[in-house]
Amino acid sequence: MSEPVSGQGMGASVLRKEDRRFLLGKGRYTDDYLLPGQTHAVFVRSPHAHAKIRSIDARQALAAPGVLAVLTGEDAVADDLGGIPCGWTITNKDGSKMVAPPHPAMVKGSARHTGDPVAMVIAETRAQARDAAQLVEVDYDPLPAVAHLNAAVAEGAPKVWEEAPGNVCFDWHIGNAAATEAEFAQADRVISLDLTNNRVAPNAIEPRAANGNYDDVADRYTLYTTSQNPHLTRLLLAAYTLKVPEHKLRVVAPDVGGGFGSKIFHYAEELLVLWASKRVGRPVKWTSDRSEAFLSDAHGRDHVTHAELAVTADGKFRGLRVRTLANMGAYLSTFAPAIPTYLHATLLSGPYVIPAIYAEVKAIFTHTVPVDAVRGAGRPEATYLLERLVDKAARELGIDRVEIRRQNLIQPDQFPYQTPVALEYDIGDYPATLDMALAANDHGKFAERKAESETRGKLRGFGISTYIEACGIAPSALVGALGAGAGLYEAATVRVHPTGSVTVFTGSHSHGQGHETTFAQLVNERLGIPIENIEVVHGDTDRIPFGMGTYGSRSAAVGGSAIVKAMDKIVDKGKKIAAHLLEASVADVEFADGKYRVAGTDREKTFGEIAFTAYVPHNYPIETVEPGLEDSAFYDPKNFTFPGGCHLVEVEVDPETGVVEVVDVTIADDVGVIINPMIVDGQAHGGLAHGIGQALLEECVYDADGQLLSGSFMSYCMPRAADLPSFKVGNHVTACTHNPTGIKGVGEVGAIGVPPAVINAVLDALAPLGVTHIDMPATPEKVWRAIRAAAGGAA
Amino acid sequence: MAKVSLQVNAKNHVVDVEPRTLLVDLLREHLRLTGTHVGCDTSQCGACTVWVDGRSVKSCAMLAVEADGAAVTTIEGLARNGELHPMQAAFHTCHGLQCGFCTPGMVMRATELVQRNPRPTEDEVRHGLEGNFCRCTGYHNIVRAVLTAAETMRGGAQ
Amino acid sequence: MRNFEFHRPASVADAVALLRGNDSAKLLAGGQSLLPIMKLDLAQPSDVVSLAGLAGADGLKEIRSEGGDLVIGALVTHHEVASSPEVRRRIPGLADLAGGIGDAQIRNRGTIGGSLAHADPAADYPAAVLALGATIVTDRRRIAADDYFTGLFSSALEADEIITAVRFPVPECAAYAKFPHPASKYAVVGVMVAKTGGGARVAVTGAGSKVFRVPAMESALAADFSTDAIRSVTVDPTGLRSGGEASPEYLAHLVTVMARRAVQACR
Repeated sequence: MSEPVSGQGMGASVLRKEDRRFLLGKGRYTDDYLLPGQTHAVFVRSPHAHAKIRSIDARQALAAPGVLAVLTGEDAVADDLGGIPCGWTITNKDGSKMVAPPHPAMVKGSARHTGDPVAMVIAETRAQARDAAQLVEVDYDPLPAVAHLNAAVAEGAPKVWEEAPGNVCFDWHIGNAAATEAEFAQADRVISLDLTNNRVAPNAIEPRAANGNYDDVADRYTLYTTSQNPHLTRLLLAAYTLKVPEHKLRVVAPDVGGGFGSKIFHYAEELLVLWASKRVGRPVKWTSDRSEAFLSDAHGRDHVTHAELAVTADGKFRGLRVRTLANMGAYLSTFAPAIPTYLHATLLSGPYVIPAIYAEVKAIFTHTVPVDAVRGAGRPEATYLLERLVDKAARELGIDRVEIRRQNLIQPDQFPYQTPVALEYDIGDYPATLDMALAANDHGKFAERKAESETRGKLRGFGISTYIEACGIAPSALVGALGAGAGLYEAATVRVHPTGSVTVFTGSHSHGQGHETTFAQLVNERLGIPIENIEVVHGDTDRIPFGMGTYGSRSAAVGGSAIVKAMDKIVDKGKKIAAHLLEASVADVEFADGKYRVAGTDREKTFGEIAFTAYVPHNYPIETVEPGLEDSAFYDPKNFTFPGGCHLVEVEVDPETGVVEVVDVTIADDVGVIINPMIVDGQAHGGLAHGIGQALLEECVYDADGQLLSGSFMSYCMPRAADLPSFKVGNHVTACTHNPTGIKGVGEVGAIGVPPAVINAVLDALAPLGVTHIDMPATPEKVWRAIRAAAGGAA
Repeated sequence: MAKVSLQVNAKNHVVDVEPRTLLVDLLREHLRLTGTHVGCDTSQCGACTVWVDGRSVKSCAMLAVEADGAAVTTIEGLARNGELHPMQAAFHTCHGLQCGFCTPGMVMRATELVQRNPRPTEDEVRHGLEGNFCRCTGYHNIVRAVLTAAETMRGGAQ
Repeated sequence: MRNFEFHRPASVADAVALLRGNDSAKLLAGGQSLLPIMKLDLAQPSDVVSLAGLAGADGLKEIRSEGGDLVIGALVTHHEVASSPEVRRRIPGLADLAGGIGDAQIRNRGTIGGSLAHADPAADYPAAVLALGATIVTDRRRIAADDYFTGLFSSALEADEIITAVRFPVPECAAYAKFPHPASKYAVVGVMVAKTGGGARVAVTGAGSKVFRVPAMESALAADFSTDAIRSVTVDPTGLRSGGEASPEYLAHLVTVMARRAVQACR
């Protein structure tokens, strides 16, 4: 690891500027806003997974104290509210388009998952709205429902949509089927594996909230919302749902208490509070309960996969074949179709040389909450199946699990590396991160640790995962060709004030990532201004030119690059001003360490002097240079970025109870150039907890009828401090080759890399007992049953 | 309606509430002390943790009327004259917070933990925080912050 | 949460009077069981009778030794039991049990009386009360532990009866081994084992519709108080909780494992 960097620029572990307000309880989250005349909304949601709605009787509710309105899907249709659009269209194998059923903001006619919004009650207080919601009488005619993938594709399964036979949303593929067949035909062995990727709930600790206000004087709407991308929300409100042009819409995402993907999407409640505000003539606020969040936030993962790896006898990978069913839920959430396709199947080469790959993905409708991106989004699913398969191959071939990886890794001199599944990796050094992790874990002493665990009656297991991810999404033209409805650039404005302080307006959104600090560090690095004199503004469509927001670990790589590009323009303009003041030619003026200098002389002007001159242009090249010092840039990435690395996990299993304890987590990542190591490590820690949670604790469990059994924190197990060890995190940097910062991204590495390492460790611990398979989450009873089944007892 | 007389952050208040009003709603809605957060409805996540008569409690699992006559301290009452409490300072220096939403409850509970156990082990800290969820930090830096604050607090700062 | 009338009586007698003849009144002690279910509308009392005003009365907040017994007032919190030198000295296994209920914030509010009145089949205290052969003291009588727990969330308490204290005979040794639910922290299976002059008692919480004793383990331990004595003693899965997250077979298995661990920990 490198020496700590001092100062406030790139590589310095600067303490966060945003901390103070949060530590003092002065953060301002959406639910903290109380607007003059505030009213409160509560939703009536379907208790049935599938039901026809015969009638809705709101008379009693309307008569209840404090109630201002009860609105239904009929009212929404009457007012011409649009349905919630899906932002990505997948093309089927046969060239036809996927089935994109309507997604009404509130249902009309039928409810299709438990939690589907049926009516909206607006009252003076939240308690009154809640009381009245219980008085709304909805006459449901329950219909057969289906929640699980295998059941949904079975003959005669209940249909979610008439227009989707077999409940198939799309049937898509990638790679070369014939080439893959050929590799399989020549392989010495075929390793095959059936597995599930468990459905998870995002569970940012701040529940979603939305506060809508219609100003009838200005004829303008303002929405405060828990969003990772307020501009995208505004775009969808304008173009599809509220159908009000952008200049009449302000969307503010103030402090947001975590997102993890769940706050990317445009949700019905955002539209409905705005609409209701105009209807009642007062601001309308909705804040989700946690149990409501389980039924209305998009879930993640939920795949059933059959995968096969063709290998030579000495462990070389030759071909990979994957068939995946992906649960979409009842409606298509904003980015849902992209997750199991372009964010999943394109990642199936992992960090390995695999000559041929063919993957088929069928997306399936069920009577469940929509499924979309959750931290990692598709990439954890790809990494999980590949790393499980690689471990299985090693065991079946009798090859060491580290060595089989080592001999198949793409080597540093093979970049740029074109995979068989569309991506071109620009750079990486996978052997370096593998070695770094093994050294940090002191892997050579594992046998000693295992023996020590045994003296305490514990089975110790070692698990490894070498992974890559694709983030920094993504070139607009590319994603457009693949079906995206939006561009995926980022925008920034850098405003230099006359006295030399700076305000940065960024389209990225920070909901824990620390942009107010790291983006200020970017400015400090380039312009030499102390970060105390830099303000980073985000999350307000009225203040920021445009933005695509924060998800897919894209903020530093894409948003940061936009800021750097804007600063380039400012530096260049400054050169012209400096050249004038220094009576030199522009070509001779250099900028470094916050100073403009005539090359090879000691004649210089500070950046502050140039800024002041730009705004007080008395001695100024006014004929050729405009006053002022502010510029904007839109940065469109040239490629994805490809972080990667190696995650090692050691577990202890209590064979009597099946309890798995994670006792060591050692990782080495390559996330590209690092702005702030402290923040990068913190991002890795959070991702690891998320990934360990998925591997051992978390699962949205639906019963066969579509009732969510794990609908609160009493039954859905969130990782707690005592469930986790401290983490050992290392970084080996190769700089991204195609963006101006060299940054790749770090927000998701833990959630992507670690789940298979955990399960591989569990299976390693249980291998002596004959256990060869377990699905996530590896709960105590599941582990206990696997042990019993392997011993010949009942499973 | 019921009348509740209580002290919050050393200030006396008399508030009229419905009996069903939770303490957290009294703090957030009536007194507009929005530093205390609500992250669940089953008293698990601990984002609403405040002190009642010096003890950390989940203010979503206590009626406002039960706080009649009590002294309540919220996150807004922890710093003195703008100077962060050692626990707040340690969360800052150890990067023990990201989105900040769980932070107020976490800091209140962690401070009580160290007051009761001035020399906690890492394991005691981890178990002592079982009533507080964080989705951002993986707890790694929270645990470091609590251990760091314990050292400072033992030094007599508070 | 539905609205209700709130009462804060100043004496046990006043509290009893408020409960009398009002089936939809509920007592509120620490509220850590009642408020969560009221928030989900699973309980909708018309009247909530708070015991907060009784803290000074009748030893409700006291831990004391009386005769050979350890007496804990009904309003003593889990934290107070866990951190009481008196409890730690006389029945350390009880202090350990209290220190493992819920989480720190819940232990600061939740009370022994409230927990026992609620009679949650997955709560921890019922195992201690039954294994230690404690006596529930109410405003009008004493109820033996063996007679107290009558079923799922139900006890021998009359509708207007108030627990004032719990008397624990001091055993030679006792210990509690708990397999907590990973999310809720309630007991999936919790086993309290107590060794007394007269033999041994084993009480299991979590696994059934109410806390229960395991006679086969008790007689085995009476003959030989060792982990080996109960290694092969199992409970019948058919009587255990089914349809939950844990299967009856797994629960039965855990009962034996936790019982052994409790015996191991007995001191």
